[in-house]
Amino acid sequence: MSFLGSVWLVVRKDLVVEFRNREIAYTTLFFAVSTLLVFSFGFVHEGRAVEDAAAGILWVAIAFSGTLALGRAFERERQNETLRGLLMAPVQRTALYLGKLAGILLLLLAVEAVIVPMVGLMFQAPLFRYPVTLIALLVTGTVGFVAVGTLFAAMLVRTRSRDVLLPVLLYPITVPVIIAGVRGTAALFQVDADLPMARAWLSMLVFFDVVFVTLALWTFEAVMTE
Amino acid sequence: MSKSFPVLTLILAGMFVYAPVLIVGAPYESTMGLVQKIFYFHFPSWMAMFLAVFVAGAASVAFLVRRNPRADALAVAAAELVVVFGAIGLITGPLWGIKAWGVWWSWDPRGTSALVLWLIFIAYLLLRRFGGPGSERLAAAVALFGMFNVPFVYWSVNLWRTLHPKTTVVSSLPVSMGAPLWFSTAAFLGLAVALLMLRTRLEHRRAELDQLFLALED
Repeated sequence: MSFLGSVWLVVRKDLVVEFRNREIAYTTLFFAVSTLLVFSFGFVHEGRAVEDAAAGILWVAIAFSGTLALGRAFERERQNETLRGLLMAPVQRTALYLGKLAGILLLLLAVEAVIVPMVGLMFQAPLFRYPVTLIALLVTGTVGFVAVGTLFAAMLVRTRSRDVLLPVLLYPITVPVIIAGVRGTAALFQVDADLPMARAWLSMLVFFDVVFVTLALWTFEAVMTE
Repeated sequence: MSKSFPVLTLILAGMFVYAPVLIVGAPYESTMGLVQKIFYFHFPSWMAMFLAVFVAGAASVAFLVRRNPRADALAVAAAELVVVFGAIGLITGPLWGIKAWGVWWSWDPRGTSALVLWLIFIAYLLLRRFGGPGSERLAAAVALFGMFNVPFVYWSVNLWRTLHPKTTVVSSLPVSMGAPLWFSTAAFLGLAVALLMLRTRLEHRRAELDQLFLALED
């Protein structure tokens, strides 16, 4: 089987399991919406969000719900002992990693497809001023976050206190993604949009994605070999 | 760990005794006065921290590739030093900041980057402590990602905030201030190496003890 064929099989497996009960999609989405609401109480003043708050709240919601989705996706594999099955399957380790990454990425992008318009409505954020740059920031930022997260969540499956350790490890390491995501989005949302600034952040995210996906591929191979 | 260790300890002790003499002899900085003297501790502790970050990262790569427990012991020792020297930097920085700029914490790029890096290595130690058996390789991945994160953290935080003295400050210092600074830096780096050797040996001993214990149980 070709490499991409194996990746697709892993993605399809995850999507089929998810479509049957939609547990991760529903819970993650609801959690993301609750996060938006909870943070609004801190950053909405006189009916308007304070400066740059919309971008910040959006990315906090993405990071929080992303952690939840990552944890659940691998908890499911652990409970049913299916991770062992996956690791024993005659496919390359890197294909497994990319498959899991793509599955969680699709799920998070679906969540973003709901919460980004909500941010637009609730905080009067101009979503359609530079839609392509905005989508590029969201996609590259989510890829960076999920690339690091998939690796750590997969490795944490066999350790104790995995639920706490995932965010503890993930947030400090993905700080560049969060800063770039928040500042890039804030540059697009502000009254006079700063397109060059948003593009500078976007290029950093692309660079981060390339470096960390490569590193994670190598590390996954080295770590998940018994 | 060899006969060179006592010699290194003696040299370092001499350097740490002589450093205050040099620091007292250095001239007062024109605008900051006495406060600037903390720089002779602040800058060297950051240098020692960065040395430890790269040792931890490189040792973790070696551990992932070769599965050599000695490399893992070195990585643990280095990660602990990152936290120790980082703590010195994070304490001396605000002490200096409140006098020089009037604020404890100004979110300046270098302080913030160092804080993020420090947090990554605290996360590393938390994982080693609470992750249970099998967390060594995962911890190695965290150290590796931490090392590769250095340029990204600095780049992102730098684009976000700017207030810290420019990097060129160090190279443009007059000799009268530069000499004590580099002397202190050498002393701190030497201390880092000595602690690294000591802590790595402790980790080896601990591993040997574990093995002996297991052998006894069988």
